[in-house]
Amino acid sequence: MSPVVASVSAPSSPRRGAFVVPVGCAIALAVAGPLLGNYASDFIVKVMILSIFALSLELLVGMTGLVSLGHAAFYGIGAYVTVLASGNEGGNFAVLLVLSMGAAALYALFVGALSLRTRGVYFIMVTLAFAQMAFFVFHDTKVGGGSDGIYLYVRPALGALDMENRSVLFYVVLASLVFTYGLLALVRRSRFGAALAGIRVNEQRMRAAGFPVYGYKLAAFVLAGALAGLAGFLLASRDGVVNPELMAWHNSGEVLLMVILGGLGHLRGAVIGAVAFTLLKEIFSTHAVMGPLADHWQLTLGIAIIVFVALLPKGLIGLVQRLSPKGGA
Amino acid sequence: MDFGTFLVQCLNSVQYGLLLFLVASGLTLIFGIMGVINLAHGSFYMIGAYLAFSLAPLFGDQFLLMLVAGVVLAAIFGYVLEWAFFSYLYQRDHLQQVLMTYGLILVFEELRSIFVGNDVHGVKVPAWLDGSFALGNVMSYPWYRLFASAACIVLAAGLYYVVNRTRLGMMIRAGASNRDMVRGLGIDVKRLYRIVFAAGVALAALAGMIAAPMSSVYPNMGASVLIICFVLVVIGGIGSITGALVASLLVGFVDTFGKVFFADLAGIGIYLLMAIVLIWKPEGLMGRRP
Repeated sequence: MSPVVASVSAPSSPRRGAFVVPVGCAIALAVAGPLLGNYASDFIVKVMILSIFALSLELLVGMTGLVSLGHAAFYGIGAYVTVLASGNEGGNFAVLLVLSMGAAALYALFVGALSLRTRGVYFIMVTLAFAQMAFFVFHDTKVGGGSDGIYLYVRPALGALDMENRSVLFYVVLASLVFTYGLLALVRRSRFGAALAGIRVNEQRMRAAGFPVYGYKLAAFVLAGALAGLAGFLLASRDGVVNPELMAWHNSGEVLLMVILGGLGHLRGAVIGAVAFTLLKEIFSTHAVMGPLADHWQLTLGIAIIVFVALLPKGLIGLVQRLSPKGGA
Repeated sequence: MDFGTFLVQCLNSVQYGLLLFLVASGLTLIFGIMGVINLAHGSFYMIGAYLAFSLAPLFGDQFLLMLVAGVVLAAIFGYVLEWAFFSYLYQRDHLQQVLMTYGLILVFEELRSIFVGNDVHGVKVPAWLDGSFALGNVMSYPWYRLFASAACIVLAAGLYYVVNRTRLGMMIRAGASNRDMVRGLGIDVKRLYRIVFAAGVALAALAGMIAAPMSSVYPNMGASVLIICFVLVVIGGIGSITGALVASLLVGFVDTFGKVFFADLAGIGIYLLMAIVLIWKPEGLMGRRP
């Protein structure tokens, strides 16, 4: 039994003005939106969707200390439900959004209820296994078109809110990112968030203090699942197609990498990680930059991952903090 | 399903289960003793299968000799890999181990695609194991599959003997429970770990080599076997080799008969099994409560 530590450290309370940079970025994106070309706009939408996905995992890994290696399942389910519930005539934006997030949350409830009975490395294995189960359901059966996936014939719409329109898509994704970031920032400061931080630091102590630890972790797991479902809904609306690869474990590994790459324990870390990772992958697979090595981007990416984890255990945020003279940018 | 088919499926289940056990025992060895969660373990299985594919033409009918050569190569590879890479992972937390070994998988997969390509290959069953064993007209069963089962049983027994009855096994078990104590006794823990790791790699590669003539050799085989191994480690229980054996056989039966009865949903059977075990005994069939 670990000795009783003198003080229960509250989650490091965010500094005043910590919201200046994120809000500034959001405003800059909102203003720049109409000025962007197709390529840039597409790329930014992709990165924003991945940021939401990474933020949802940060809630588990960074805030609660639960390393899930099956997070892509909820992302994929959100995307699949969006397409499956659209039908040939297309679906109502609001209904599809609720359905996809709800379905992802429901599966998260099932997976979380079971996997949270284990801990540590077994939790990693169980979450991965349940994600593979979801993968096989869509891969091996005809429910979602098998291994080819299915197309979304008409993108979700509700009045003027038509995802077929590029700029509407851009602003919906941006609003979703702001919503997710804001929600998680609130969660961090709430009593619930403090409890999660306590669980991360010392679960035994939280249990001894009378906190229903299992319930808190399950709530975090379900919320993270729902937010991943939101990212899936946006992805399906953007791409117009879904396939089982969305749920493949490579995707779970990549999103985990984004969270770590950016820096654990910071919301902005997840976003920075998503941006950095997407850029890195883009660069590694571009012939103009990498030459013939671009065909083997998995090799360079793999080596980059190993080097990053070896040299930057605290992620890019840690690097910024190390480089800044005051030790805390 | 007539009795003969049923018998054949039972034999298939046992054979598949034993093969999985071989891979899982290497995973358990590495995790149980060194505390490293190694996502790249499936890659060692894949490397074994590709070793069989590359070595088979060289050795012709000398199948056993080929297995020995492959195991030696895999063990050397594991030894070097531990020295160059995994020895730095022991001090890291699980999260970083997961990520770095995930990076390794990408490297292995891409190297495979560069050197061997992405085609699906077959490996020939050696002539002396070709053909089937017939039991009257009830059933007939390929000799090679019987050989595979026998080989796995011999290996499992050997592993059990080494871990539980030899001085090396004693050091391994002691090292698992208290590393510093073992070092204090003057045992070279670093070297011990390197040997255990090389053995784990060799076991996975051997399983891959044995599997190659039965299932084709294909790019994703590492990932699929890794996840099945995770499932059976969870079912079997923490750090229990016996648990892993029981779970392997269970998973073998569920998967084989699942494919017979529910072709479409066969992939899900073992996960349902895992879910049921988690509801009933979260610590696994033979695990101790943490």
